[in-house]
Amino acid sequence: MQDFAEAFRLAFGLVAAMDDDLVEIIGLSMRVSLTAVLIAAVVGLPLGALLATVRFTGRAAAVVIVNALMGLPPVVVGLLVYMALSNAGPLGFLQFLYTPAAMIIAQSILITPIVAALTRQIIEQMNAEYAEQFASLSVPWHTRVAALITDARYALLTVLLAGFGRAVAEVGAVIIVGGNIAHLTRVMTTAIALETSKGDLALALALGIVLLAIALAVNGAVMSLRAGAESRAHA
Amino acid sequence: MKLKHTGFLAAATLCASMVLAVPGMAEDRSIIVQSTTSTQNSGLFDHILPMFEKASGIKVNVVAVGTGQAIKNARNCDGDVLFVHAKPAEEKFVAEGYGVKRFDVMYNDFVIVGPAADPAGVSGRRDAAGSLKAIADAEAVFASRGDDSGTHKKELSLWQDAGVDVDAASGTWYRETGSGMGATLNTSVGMGAYAMTDRATWIAFKNKGDFKIAVEGDEAMFNQYGIIQVNPAKCLNVKAEAAKSFVDWIITRGGQSAIAEYKLDGKQLFFANAAKEGAS
Amino acid sequence: MLDQPVSKSKCQLPLTVTGLAFSAGGARLIDGLDLVLTDHDTTVVMGPNGAGKSLLVRLLHGLIEPQSGSIAWNGEPCGPATRQRQAMVFQKPVLLRRSVAANVDFVLKLKGGSNRERLNRLLAQANLLDKAAQPARALSGGEQQRLALARALASDPEVLFLDEPTASLDPTSTQLIETVIAEASARGVKVILVTHDAGQARRLANEMVFIHNGAVVEHSSADTFFKQPASKAARDYLAGKLVI
Repeated sequence: MQDFAEAFRLAFGLVAAMDDDLVEIIGLSMRVSLTAVLIAAVVGLPLGALLATVRFTGRAAAVVIVNALMGLPPVVVGLLVYMALSNAGPLGFLQFLYTPAAMIIAQSILITPIVAALTRQIIEQMNAEYAEQFASLSVPWHTRVAALITDARYALLTVLLAGFGRAVAEVGAVIIVGGNIAHLTRVMTTAIALETSKGDLALALALGIVLLAIALAVNGAVMSLRAGAESRAHA
Repeated sequence: MKLKHTGFLAAATLCASMVLAVPGMAEDRSIIVQSTTSTQNSGLFDHILPMFEKASGIKVNVVAVGTGQAIKNARNCDGDVLFVHAKPAEEKFVAEGYGVKRFDVMYNDFVIVGPAADPAGVSGRRDAAGSLKAIADAEAVFASRGDDSGTHKKELSLWQDAGVDVDAASGTWYRETGSGMGATLNTSVGMGAYAMTDRATWIAFKNKGDFKIAVEGDEAMFNQYGIIQVNPAKCLNVKAEAAKSFVDWIITRGGQSAIAEYKLDGKQLFFANAAKEGAS
Repeated sequence: MLDQPVSKSKCQLPLTVTGLAFSAGGARLIDGLDLVLTDHDTTVVMGPNGAGKSLLVRLLHGLIEPQSGSIAWNGEPCGPATRQRQAMVFQKPVLLRRSVAANVDFVLKLKGGSNRERLNRLLAQANLLDKAAQPARALSGGEQQRLALARALASDPEVLFLDEPTASLDPTSTQLIETVIAEASARGVKVILVTHDAGQARRLANEMVFIHNGAVVEHSSADTFFKQPASKAARDYLAGKLVI
């Protein structure tokens, strides 16, 4: 197919022209997904650390559930959030439906289990190493959790990147709760879906290439930040 | 020791600023129109909405889904205006009190598209039912929306006219994609299947491959669009005033002429016909 | 405040251990052990491999619950409360993935508050001041153990346990660590040291506890122990003959 060559040509053209609409869509994608990552981090990191360090009845079941939730289908999350935020739903009064806020909520729900589950695994390994030393020092549980998260921060950064990747690439949930409204809730993935449905496969692919480039840039930036900090202070 | 946290802090601050920077949720003077993919994908809204927004100062946000989904969303009070094409369902929506009143807006027509090879030999025919019968007899592959949309409902009524039981053939030559018009067209081009589409979407569609219009011109394939303001008595959050001014604009001269003058590839896509009922 | 003598009035001695037992995997690792420590001076625990020395100090520190018998620090049952006033240096130091200074600072914050002056004194004592900003885990083995010791002392313990702290360290690091231990002891910290190094025991011990088969075989002053060991097991061990 000549679509591939056409797509790359278009992708470069789009980026070179800094098309206003494209910049707006990229900006919204980043705002929505980074905010979702922030929320997932605030909830998922301590949750994962708690699951890793605190023994309680039902912990094994909780771990299985969190792990299973990593496989939440985006469309299902979209539907649940739609039903909750709809004016016919319990949270309709918030007037979040068809706004970026709804998209942030959906993506947060989608990636929090990923952050929590991967955090649990990383922190559990580190806790096994630290447990006796912490017990000897009589470290209280909240300091313990904070210390483990701090010490595992570079591994956890990768976890957050995984969450970001899932969020920014997801279409099923945001198209339902955001509505793919031009200049309001249209993000990279819903724009790609729209162009695909118009049969403009080259443009859709070009947008996909741009999305991939952005994901690469974000990952590259975080990783170089990490490498820099690590070489300064860590082994 | 401070240094090592700088990266994390920077990332956290960046993220925090994102929260604050999320653009204004729902502007004051804006409405949500639940509409269909055909109006969106054809580019009609991109043409007419700026005119209305300029004249009224009201921002129109379009959620483009299948007609069935659009009606369901509106029943959940998640929209101020419903702009779809399935007259019986629209009338039911009004009768149940969800809509204020239904107005005809415009029509376009459906066409049956198919591969150049034309395995059912229907190319050039006018009659929809007869052509579908021929496709069924030839067991030529046909891709249906299968998604309870306005187009899907129309297609099913035509199969009924043709006396073909498509449920029995589902999964063999009759294939239900369960997707929107664009996705269904992509699928049918991919597998060389006939498909029924509204003309507007077809003209705007870019992935035609060797497909052409096979059947067109039957009055049975006309596709009437209607507009309904969601009832503020049923849905308290409806922006009644703004919604009413949009409906009024669409069915009177401003909107009607905007629709009529919209052309793609030199072809008129929608034929405004609100005059018969007139504005209230 | 660290470098002030530990007040004897708040000290946890005497330590009273009665009928202590602990089994694992069908083996009786600690088997009816009795021990009373009243002296503030350094106690060195020796014994062949598998005698139960490491397990004993973990039990005394309250890291492991005894299966039977009792441990009391000045009449208070051994547990989280008694452990709070103690510190332990493990054979393999577990350092936080942070800088050298941050490792000590973590404990200072935990036990009352960051204090730059004290931090620097602790690092200087461990001869690590010039490496304060380096990642702790990039240090050499000897440096890591010195840091672990400085960190343990940062908690201002009344009792300091050391479980073979200089095993596999070079002589310079060993000597530095012994100096720090001796200084802590001189300030009134009760030191309980597990070692295989008879030379080290001679240099540091005031009294000796010799353990064999999960029980105390000999408990005497260091002088007596090294000059006239009473038990055959201790004589064989010192002669390098008792191996398990």
